Amino acid sequence: MDRPRGIGGVTVDAIIVGSGPGGSTVADILTAAGWSVVIFEKGRNHLIDLEHPYRLADDFSNDEIKFINRHFLGPDPFLEPRTFRTGPEDGDHSFVGDVNSIPSTVGGGGTHADGKVPRFREEDFGLLSTYGPQPGASVADWPLTYADLEPFYADVERRIGVTGDAAANPLAAWRSGPYPMPPGPSMYGAVLSTAAAETLGYHPYPAPGATNSVPYDGRPPCNNCGFCAFFGCPIHAKGDPVAMLQRALMTGNAEIRPETFVSRIRTDGHRATGVDFIGPDGVERSMDGRYVVVAGGAVETPRLLLLSGFDHPLIGRHLMVHFQTIAAGGFADLRFHAERGRAVTHLHDDALVPDDPSRKAAAQAGLPWMRGGIVEHGGTGLPILEAKLYRWGPTHKENMRRSPLRDRLWAFTMQGEDLPVATNRIDLDPTVRDVRGFPVARYTYKPHRHELAASAHHGPRMAAILEAMGAEWTSVVTSPGSVEGPGGRASVDAPMSRHVMGTVRMGEDPATSVADSIGRLHQLPNVVIADSSVFVTSSGYGPTLTLAALAARFATAMVS
Amino acid sequence: MPAWLTIEEYRTLTAVCERLIPADQTPGAAEAGVPDYIDGLLGAFSFDPPRIWAGGSFSGRHGGLPGFARFHRLTALDELAWRTRIEGSLGRPEREFNGVVVGLQERYREGLAALGPDFCHCGPDEQDLRLRSLAPFTQLVYDHSCEGMYGAPEYGGNRDAVAWSGIGFAGDVEPRGWTDHEVSEA
Repeated sequence: MDRPRGIGGVTVDAIIVGSGPGGSTVADILTAAGWSVVIFEKGRNHLIDLEHPYRLADDFSNDEIKFINRHFLGPDPFLEPRTFRTGPEDGDHSFVGDVNSIPSTVGGGGTHADGKVPRFREEDFGLLSTYGPQPGASVADWPLTYADLEPFYADVERRIGVTGDAAANPLAAWRSGPYPMPPGPSMYGAVLSTAAAETLGYHPYPAPGATNSVPYDGRPPCNNCGFCAFFGCPIHAKGDPVAMLQRALMTGNAEIRPETFVSRIRTDGHRATGVDFIGPDGVERSMDGRYVVVAGGAVETPRLLLLSGFDHPLIGRHLMVHFQTIAAGGFADLRFHAERGRAVTHLHDDALVPDDPSRKAAAQAGLPWMRGGIVEHGGTGLPILEAKLYRWGPTHKENMRRSPLRDRLWAFTMQGEDLPVATNRIDLDPTVRDVRGFPVARYTYKPHRHELAASAHHGPRMAAILEAMGAEWTSVVTSPGSVEGPGGRASVDAPMSRHVMGTVRMGEDPATSVADSIGRLHQLPNVVIADSSVFVTSSGYGPTLTLAALAARFATAMVS
Repeated sequence: MPAWLTIEEYRTLTAVCERLIPADQTPGAAEAGVPDYIDGLLGAFSFDPPRIWAGGSFSGRHGGLPGFARFHRLTALDELAWRTRIEGSLGRPEREFNGVVVGLQERYREGLAALGPDFCHCGPDEQDLRLRSLAPFTQLVYDHSCEGMYGAPEYGGNRDAVAWSGIGFAGDVEPRGWTDHEVSEA
């Protein structure tokens, strides 16, 4: 690298904390405008040859042990645990370990996602004006509309590379143009489950996907290997933020520093001046920057603001995590081979749009309104995960051959809208530390009764589709509630979804929000939050495309 | 020679694994090499690089250059995490920043000893009785046995991909992948 990078009195234009979809989008836009940026990533790099960024790494593989059992994408829950409690009645915490962490690696959460990247609907940006308040929740409108964000949605769909069929979903928001790529092949199970859903009046459609269906940006089309959700892509057909990071590096204006933890944002009281960081050598150093962009995700971002001593009372509050309702069905006569394909190829959005039955269910539950979330049509193709579900002993291998809980199982997962509640929050744990000695993030979380009621209503409706498909048994479980989280049996109360949002709420009023409508902290306008922390409400759609579109809006405002 | 277990422990472990996943018309855990998977984890640091994360991008079983057997090097922090997980914290302050950690080696050494030196010679009913009386340890060995049985052969178990073929699972399939037809049809 020829250009000096902010050490020894040189100030970079922007320091970006986090290399996931948010930070990568910002880096792509800033470097194209000629800004110098340094991207700090606390995880390792397994994505790009940092010296020769046209070359991609060969570290990802179809390896269940490495990705599922041994934390290859990080974070390692021993080095960087999190803690969880449902409320102060649990004491300091009731669980220490892995609480729905998103990969900590170059590319962030983009590397492990199976790449479903739907947009939100128009009313998701104006929930309060559309549906009204909910007792016990801080339902509010966003400080921007769908129309404000639409050009940025279109922009990031092109940057990431998204597949889809613009005509397929009658419940989708309007769009200014087609998807950059057509959908990939439908999984066999989804062919059957979409047909069953249609007979019951639902509107399934090919999931907008960040997995190439044709060559795109110099990367190949997906070849359906099936090791998709929770795995890095061995052939780089996924629109994890690889393309944006490559472009940023190839301008010569960007540097990525993996294995480097930013421990503090430094300020002069009015503006941020830079950051303190600890690199792989364990030594603490500082770097100056004109802007500090924080894109660590909705847990690590508020943690960094709190570690920096920022004192806005809403930092960390209104934590939202999609409430998952999973309806599974067993099929004696079918084998779904869900290990082939993109993990989830179809969705339906009907639970996001109130209908007569859901209005009635809301009224019965004493709620003014109720919304569910996207319903993912999917199966499972991971035999280690399956094997652990069966009893040990003489029946084990017969179960594995018959495969009632993998090859003969099909399921719907609803990512239910989680209402913003001020007492649901991230703060610093009083006793648990990470390996570098810093307090870890603590979740204090319990679902609002809206989520429980919406789940109780939509769970049986999903099960009914499985029955129409011919299921011989169905079962509905939820997370939080009945499914153990990634931390095992002790974490049943902790949400399993990796869709974490809302801890640095944005809005126009500094009394009720932490960041403004272009992501700047009200208190420190050269600190920009570029991830799902700024979400005002959670919607029931996966957050990735929306957070990338917001990051594009914020970065565009920075350079203009 | 096992990488970490004693011969006697290895023998007991083999009997345990075979009881948890017994052979029927296809090989059980013992023949599939599951004890080697577990021993390879317990002794991961007797290899260089340590046998924690197999390499990428491909195994060579479905084309491409075989890279799985080339294990990743660990960073200093990852070595700290995996050594602590396997060896325990052993009173070292840098491993005890959140308290004492009991390592897998200690759990296996104690668990196998508690099953008794005669475990391999007991009948299946007596073996099951002893395994049930040590439920947390049995659960640990079972979880690891599932990994060794159905994980990539490069980790020591699933010898010649025998467990995958036994359940009709193709395993890692890159760079061949699946055709669109194979994805969408029965």
